Amino acid sequence: MKIAVCVKRVPDMDVRFRIATDNVSVDEAGLKFDINDFDAWAVEAALQLRDKNAGSEVTVISLGPDVVQETIRKALSMGVDRGIQLKTDKVPFDGLAIAKTLSEELKAGSYDLIFFGKMSPDTSNGVVGPMTAELLGLPCVTAISSLEIADGKGTAKRELEGAQEIVEFPLPAVLTVDEGLNTARLPSLKGIMAAKKKPLEVKPAQIPAPQLTVRKLELPSERKAGRVVGEGAAAVPELVKLLQTEAKVL
Amino acid sequence: MANVFAFVETRGADVRKVGLEAVTAARQIADKFNSEVHALLLGPPGIAAKAAQLGQHGADVVIVVEHAALGNYNPEVATATAADRIKSGGYRVAVFSTSAQGRDLAPRVAARVGASVVTDVLTVDAEGDSIVVRHPMNIGKVIATIAIDGSPAVIAMRPNVIAPAQNARAGRVENAQPAIDPASARVKVIETKQGGGGKLDLAEAPVVIAGGRGLKAAENFKLVEDLASAFGNAAVGATRAVTDDGWRPHADQIGQTGRLVSPELYIAVGISGAVQHLAGMRTSKTIVAINKDKDAPIFKVADYGIVGDVFEVVPALTEAVREARKHH
Ligand SMILES: Cc1cc2nc3c(=O)[nH]c(=O)nc-3n(C[C@H](O)[C@H](O)[C@H](O)COP(=O)(O)OP(=O)(O)OC[C@H]3O[C@@H](n4cnc5c(N)ncnc54)[C@H](O)[C@@H]3O)c2cc1C
Ligand SMILES: Nc1ncnc2c1ncn2[C@@H]1O[C@H](COP(=O)(O)O)[C@@H](O)[C@H]1O
Repeated sequence: MKIAVCVKRVPDMDVRFRIATDNVSVDEAGLKFDINDFDAWAVEAALQLRDKNAGSEVTVISLGPDVVQETIRKALSMGVDRGIQLKTDKVPFDGLAIAKTLSEELKAGSYDLIFFGKMSPDTSNGVVGPMTAELLGLPCVTAISSLEIADGKGTAKRELEGAQEIVEFPLPAVLTVDEGLNTARLPSLKGIMAAKKKPLEVKPAQIPAPQLTVRKLELPSERKAGRVVGEGAAAVPELVKLLQTEAKVL
Repeated sequence: MANVFAFVETRGADVRKVGLEAVTAARQIADKFNSEVHALLLGPPGIAAKAAQLGQHGADVVIVVEHAALGNYNPEVATATAADRIKSGGYRVAVFSTSAQGRDLAPRVAARVGASVVTDVLTVDAEGDSIVVRHPMNIGKVIATIAIDGSPAVIAMRPNVIAPAQNARAGRVENAQPAIDPASARVKVIETKQGGGGKLDLAEAPVVIAGGRGLKAAENFKLVEDLASAFGNAAVGATRAVTDDGWRPHADQIGQTGRLVSPELYIAVGISGAVQHLAGMRTSKTIVAINKDKDAPIFKVADYGIVGDVFEVVPALTEAVREARKHH
């Protein structure tokens, strides 16, 4: 089986972001970057399938400047066989432009399975996987939380509002990974050493003109400080009164 | 003419609240262009009965596609049908919803019609030749203003940011067929497990009661469910600590890697308020927290807090809410 995983380098979200002086980007000074969690779960899923199916190979693809090589190396150190950087100085906020660029590369690889994360936290958009599937004309299941592949077809679970669906799909296919599918392995020391010798191909990327332009970034207004109404069950009548008269939600 | 397309989500034979929100948002945009709203209503036989409701919310035309296989969301049929209509209709804007279904559908349709897409849209406006939207990035810690050039502008509204509003138009019904035979879909649903029939969806419920590890055990979620049923219009959510332990399904998880909710009222029961949880609920209009630790971070975002034991406070609150609602 030939498996591809599209991985993205994203900042750690557990910080207070600052807007850069250009007003349209986030100040990256001091931010810690790593592979998107959803993409790490996608890598794990791909590795598990490879290990169960002799002769399989996993490729990770990342679109971005040279720093994304760190993210690719991380995946290689988890056990991925090879990496491709689609090199560009700047990735626009435009899911279609990204999907088009990735799909050109994916087309050439004739993969049986192509994995994406459900969403990257920085764009908080969650569109590149299904868009790429459409461009490639492949069946697609989004936000899967279980997966089995046997006899050239796959079975996956996806959670919708208030319901779980078990779906069956033919290969080749595109899948986007939700939390709960697995727990991603940590790179071992041996894996980190091995990753240094694995192939990482750098190809120039041709990103089509974006249709979206970020005009401005802002920090959201802080919630105004709340108050503790009281302690224990004795505070309930006061809370109910506030919900009725002040918040008007009851 | 710069007409506006709206995709109306259905569940079984009903129009979902997010569907009415999509039509309302489309109406607001169309009013700026003095143009028409065309709403696509896809569902099982009988769904046509809902067309009038869409007219009341501002649809000039309701395209009704009825098929026995459309009682549940079918991504391939919905994608093909919406994309065909958007292409032939030459719309300026296409409005979807950022529900679990809309998250799956909007990007597929956008790619098919050669457009980009912005999800989780907070506000939408027309400025000159651009459609301008606001979209939360970095799990809501940064708000982006984005101009969409190119037509159609495909957007998916965040649930609960635009209240469904009456603004009656003709709602002229056009009957149409699914663009592909539902039986030809490559991805086949072989089993559907309903999570508690008739339960409200997290994304669109006006009230969300969420439980955390402070509840101590799966069976104690009964307290949360009782409070939800006292409200009558509430859905139940959970933290990752809880879904990881299997007390609730992952679909109920609210936060960075779970669902995003923005209800009128959010009640956090035994939840510490980790940043990853806050990412999924901090835009709720009113937040209430019940936690025995007065220093729990959840109190920093809560409008109203009660410091106390959930096993004591929640039953008392359930009783009081029941009492209060009786008098309505
Ligand atoms: C990459 C990443 C993504 C994540 N994504 C999410 C996500 O999407 N959603 C999410 O929720 N979490 C997420 N998390 C996990 C998050 O960091 C927290 O671990 C989690 O939210 C904690 O859940 P909790 O509040 O239920 O549990 P705890 O943090 O254990 O809090 C339990 C609270 O209950 C209180 N309590 C205990 N007993 C009682 C009692 N009898 N009465 C009243 N109060 C009581 C305690 O004081 C405490 O504050 C993520 C973490 C990471 C690293
Ligand atoms: N620059 C990129 N390079 C490789 N994969 C990407 C890139 N951007 C997005 N993706 C993939 O698309 C998924 C969803 O991203 P998004 O649509 O931005 O939320 C990510 O989890 C990745 O799998």
